[in-house]
Amino acid sequence: MQIRPASDHSLLVVLGEGISREIHLRVLRLVQLLAGSPPPGLVDLHPAYASVLVRFNPIVTSRDALEREVRERVADLDEAPAPEPRIVEIPVRYGGAEGPDLEDVARLSELSMEEVVRLHSEGDYLVYFLGFSPGFPYLGGMSPRLAVPRLEVPRSETPAGSVAIGGSQTGVYPLKSPGGWRIVGRTPLSLFSLERDPPVLLRMGDRVRFVPLP
Amino acid sequence: MNLRVVSPGFQTHVQDLGRFGYTGLGISASGAADTISLRAGNLLVGNPENAPALEMTLVGGAFEFDGDAVVAITGSDFGASVPAWRAVNCRAGETLRLGAARSGARCYLCIQGGIDVPQVLGSASTHLSSGIGGFEGRALRKGDVLRIGMNSGPVQRKVPKLLPDTLSRKALRVTPGLQAGWFPDAALCGPTWRVTEESSRMGLRLSGPRILPHTPQELLTEGVSVGAIQVPSGGQPIILFVEHQTTGGYPKIANVISADLPVVGQLRPRDEVRFEPVGFDEARRLLLEQEEAILALA
Repeated sequence: MQIRPASDHSLLVVLGEGISREIHLRVLRLVQLLAGSPPPGLVDLHPAYASVLVRFNPIVTSRDALEREVRERVADLDEAPAPEPRIVEIPVRYGGAEGPDLEDVARLSELSMEEVVRLHSEGDYLVYFLGFSPGFPYLGGMSPRLAVPRLEVPRSETPAGSVAIGGSQTGVYPLKSPGGWRIVGRTPLSLFSLERDPPVLLRMGDRVRFVPLP
Repeated sequence: MNLRVVSPGFQTHVQDLGRFGYTGLGISASGAADTISLRAGNLLVGNPENAPALEMTLVGGAFEFDGDAVVAITGSDFGASVPAWRAVNCRAGETLRLGAARSGARCYLCIQGGIDVPQVLGSASTHLSSGIGGFEGRALRKGDVLRIGMNSGPVQRKVPKLLPDTLSRKALRVTPGLQAGWFPDAALCGPTWRVTEESSRMGLRLSGPRILPHTPQELLTEGVSVGAIQVPSGGQPIILFVEHQTTGGYPKIANVISADLPVVGQLRPRDEVRFEPVGFDEARRLLLEQEEAILALA
């Protein structure tokens, strides 16, 4: 474990190297410990694959004081109970107007469209963290056979709910936004809605299954 | 009382000091680009410093109230029809007009009582790129009518000279970034940089001599801070700003200190800017000193 200053108002707590489910669990536990009993001056937490960026208010606390608080919690990390993951099923209409790039993904991966849908919906995915934009899940667990290059020219608009593949990653766009990933389908579920509390459908640590809709 | 938008200007929206606690959901804090001006303006009209106000960008708007209002215009000089950096009365039906920015990028219209918009995830701030908060999640349009709140205390008539002076700095002070060691020492703090047209509340793209790492390396996506200076493979730095993406995979050479973030909010395309290195302890001392100057207003 390493704690490094990222700015005069943030520390990066590094809990491992690379992407793995073990490191992910340590990141998740640290976020829960810090959110559960926030040290004075804590402003925000940005978890990622192997680190947590801790934002603090330098008027209320100092870097040293916050670092001590973080170290205390890290000491408890391996005793903290592993949270029971939620399993979230995401219904997806693959192909057609809602998955305009399914055919290209099949061609690029040398599979039939049916095989792409089968492999994509058989996967057991993990939400490593949310980031980039509101509610966007960084998912791990896609079959390497589905890895295809991103679009050469990104779309200026990807509809909300689009299920897409970019490189070796897959994800769902919570909001309408520009995007360079290939769209294989769309879910009618809303991943980000201010009518809900919390506003996000998926949370860090969730397991995700894509269920093909007829 | 209501405010009516006679003309919205280039990009005018409701801001407070930001929405904190949601970066883990992918939502950056947003909030005023120049917090010194927002806080000072609110304190001048007797509001809590976090009261929602209008942030204008490059070209100001024109506004009317249907009652007598007390307002303060702070930030850069937009040639307003009333004196700036002090509380002034604006009578019912009178049109308050602002023009193009004469220097700097943003100004604030703070109204006694604050702007009454719903709190979304604990803040009235507009997050333009995701359409959250403020007035219907968007920049204002002609004809919009916004309600003015009731939450305020006594008016302050003092003009805080020190604060507007702070905002005209052209050398931003920075602490070393997480990947500072990837780059040659004086790569950032040396040359003069130019702010490009591709700059917004999400980030400011700079142009100047290319910054190249000693050896190209891959970085695993990690959380990023407001004010972080990222260097993508093209070698032209980007200052991440109030509506930044919450995580990223580009190396960060430096981070603008908290005390100078409001200065970033006043940079406009084609401005020239330099960077000066400071230590972490010095950065905190500068912030505490600035904080004292702002609190002296209250």
